[in-house]
Amino acid sequence: MLDVLYFAWVRERIGLPGERVETGAATVRALVAELSATDARHAAAFADISALRVAVDQELTDFDAPLAGAREVAFFPPMTGG
Amino acid sequence: MTVRVQAAPFDYGAECARFAAGVAGAGAVVTFAGVVRDNDAGTLKRMVIEHYPAMTEKALTAIVGQARARWPLCDCLIIHRYGALVPGEMIMMVATAARHRAAAFGAAEFLMDYLKSRAPFWKREITSDGGAAWVESRSEDEGALRRWN
Repeated sequence: MLDVLYFAWVRERIGLPGERVETGAATVRALVAELSATDARHAAAFADISALRVAVDQELTDFDAPLAGAREVAFFPPMTGG
Repeated sequence: MTVRVQAAPFDYGAECARFAAGVAGAGAVVTFAGVVRDNDAGTLKRMVIEHYPAMTEKALTAIVGQARARWPLCDCLIIHRYGALVPGEMIMMVATAARHRAAAFGAAEFLMDYLKSRAPFWKREITSDGGAAWVESRSEDEGALRRWN
């Protein structure tokens, strides 16, 4: 089981702060393909992944990152701290 | 080295004084504060900052680690708020202390550049007409990181 979290407009577009998914996805990109197939809201949120950033187990990474052993994946827009 | 992520306001003057008084051997202390800026039309009612609690302190601590690897710092402090803030309120502060000013200034700028685009915070602006919009990241902020590579 994998905890998938959403922040900022990704959370709003999907309508959930997160969800627990059963997945065999080997990479973030494969997980995105599975999530996009869930419904129209997920499809809309993941339509342009160049507008998204991803963290696996709270570390920023890229969409080709492997998910083996991962417990938490978070999707969000580019950060606006400071 | 201290990293604090909090909803509550902080007393900038007191934090700066405490930081400066607590560092031994430093000849330079640099402090910076980020303030909620009203929009050009003057209609910003509040700014709401969302963050990713499990990641925020971890990311900030990693950024501090990178700064320490680059500059000989005696100490540094980051305070970053989340939640609802009004124009004029302080969002965050950074303080650095080093034996010489170049390191203190350099590390403070580095920390700010990384905080802008590598710490998991997202700002949302609520205007007095009821409008709400996520603040978009600026390409200049991403560009600012490149000078450190």
